[in-house]
Amino acid sequence: MATDTHRAIEAVWRIEAPRLIAGLTRLVHDVGAAEELAQDALVAALEQWPADGVPGNPGAWLMTTARRRAIDRVRRNETLRRKVEQVGRDLDETTPDIAAQVAEDDGIGDDLLRLMFVACHPVLSTEARAALTLRLLGGLTTGEIARAFLTPEATVAQRIVRAKKTLTAARVPFEVPQGDERAARLASVLEVVYLIFNEGYSATAGDDWMRPALCAEALRLGRVLAGLAPSEPEVHGLVALMEIQASRAAARTARGGEPILLADQNRARWDQLLIRRGLAALDRAEVLVEGQPGPYVLQAAIAACHARARRFEDTDWPRIAQLYERLAASVASPVVELNRAVALSMAFGPETGLALLDQLTAVPALHNYHLLPSVRGDFLAKLGRPVEARAEFERAAALTRNERERTLLLNRAADCARLNAAGRAGPQRSPGRPERRRPA
Amino acid sequence: MRFMVITKATSVSEAGLPPEPEDFETMGAFIQELVDAGVLLAADGLHPSAQGARIYVDGGKKTVVDGPFTETKELIAGYFLVETKSLEECVEWFKRCPTMRVGEGEQTNLEIRRVALAEDFGDQFGEEFTAELRETVEKREATVASRHPAE
Repeated sequence: MATDTHRAIEAVWRIEAPRLIAGLTRLVHDVGAAEELAQDALVAALEQWPADGVPGNPGAWLMTTARRRAIDRVRRNETLRRKVEQVGRDLDETTPDIAAQVAEDDGIGDDLLRLMFVACHPVLSTEARAALTLRLLGGLTTGEIARAFLTPEATVAQRIVRAKKTLTAARVPFEVPQGDERAARLASVLEVVYLIFNEGYSATAGDDWMRPALCAEALRLGRVLAGLAPSEPEVHGLVALMEIQASRAAARTARGGEPILLADQNRARWDQLLIRRGLAALDRAEVLVEGQPGPYVLQAAIAACHARARRFEDTDWPRIAQLYERLAASVASPVVELNRAVALSMAFGPETGLALLDQLTAVPALHNYHLLPSVRGDFLAKLGRPVEARAEFERAAALTRNERERTLLLNRAADCARLNAAGRAGPQRSPGRPERRRPA
Repeated sequence: MRFMVITKATSVSEAGLPPEPEDFETMGAFIQELVDAGVLLAADGLHPSAQGARIYVDGGKKTVVDGPFTETKELIAGYFLVETKSLEECVEWFKRCPTMRVGEGEQTNLEIRRVALAEDFGDQFGEEFTAELRETVEKREATVASRHPAE
């Protein structure tokens, strides 16, 4: 019976924690103090609810309790008093007003958005931002975050404590940034959400279930953000990208955990509901775009090309190549160029892709990047140049750190050698499954 | 975890009368809350069963019967699709769902069911899927190869 109540409290906490912490931060102007107060209220709930039952409006109960404690602490605690000097004075004099201020529902959305901006403040490291976001806006426990990131719990706990101290020391204001600052700060929030998503997406079979659960949490945060900042095309772009990528979750790994390339995925296992939601989010983003779309909108548009293709053969490669070109112009990444080469090859033949790759071989960042020779080898093999292809596959095999990939690459090199020995310069196809490189 | 929350038909929903404006409003507010929390994936309300039909299957024989259907309490009147961390979280959300208007002395309930997703079958039916997958891939490769001779 008590366990049932505990599970209910956990569920209430998950639902209420972000709003509770956001509302309390507005009151005490300090994320760390607000979270402690919210935790105190949770402890009170754990003491009282098993005996008295879960109240009818558990959110309001938690807020009232936390608020009462905030007032007690402001009165008692000098440190906190200093932190909240002005508010503290107001509290002593006009407690009912403050109560009304906290109780009012208006602006709770703004508070959540402010909290997101604070938790993802660039003054914090990326790991700290991710941990703090999950803690404050996801209602996840430190233990859950630690399991999700394969990090010791003590490390995560310390990271969160330090992050909260950093925010206090930096006097990060509890506000939604405006003007020039807004774009950069929003980019920081989106980066954190996408990082959480990718951490979950890279989970492998046998991992703790908290890892793939990060995908769901990032998606939820993205959807919340889309509601809070509905006029930002990049927010909808990120949501679209995550919805579409998540739609392939069940199709992207084989039973033994081996990744299945996009070309070979069983598209019947793609989640059509998430695809629909992703395409709708992309539509919203594209309506809002003024001038050049940002990187998330472009990546979502590429993902949408794959999502729309019922079969791999139906993929609109010319459009994907065009989107990669625009993405390359916006983010200037050699990896994006590599993906563009693959798209060009799929759209217009391997020689077109090869022409772009030849420009990339001079890029220092790609010198030790195994996918460059791997893709180059693939193009050369398709062009009936097995000697050069073999050399590329061998180079790629030497560069990759992934055992499974190395075997695959060496097999392809061996196939090229065999073909060359047989004196056949004709169509090149490896006897087994040909390795195909797809844009991520 | 994905859940479908099913609302049941009542004499009111089966009568096909438009909802009272205040019901519309409270339900709208609840749905907005689910959207704001990033929890809601989809939701729909259904017209009365009078506008539907059933296909009865008896062995190989199929018989189509038009609505309405009489066992009101067993009928579905609408659904929500939500993504939550646990069943408990879903329950906690829907304890907050506004009460459906019912006829006098009538009772109703919300039924929460976990949605089976493709990955849920991963282990159980992995072998079949893989075999089927392999076949699809091979067929596809044959098609691709014939369409794109490598020269």
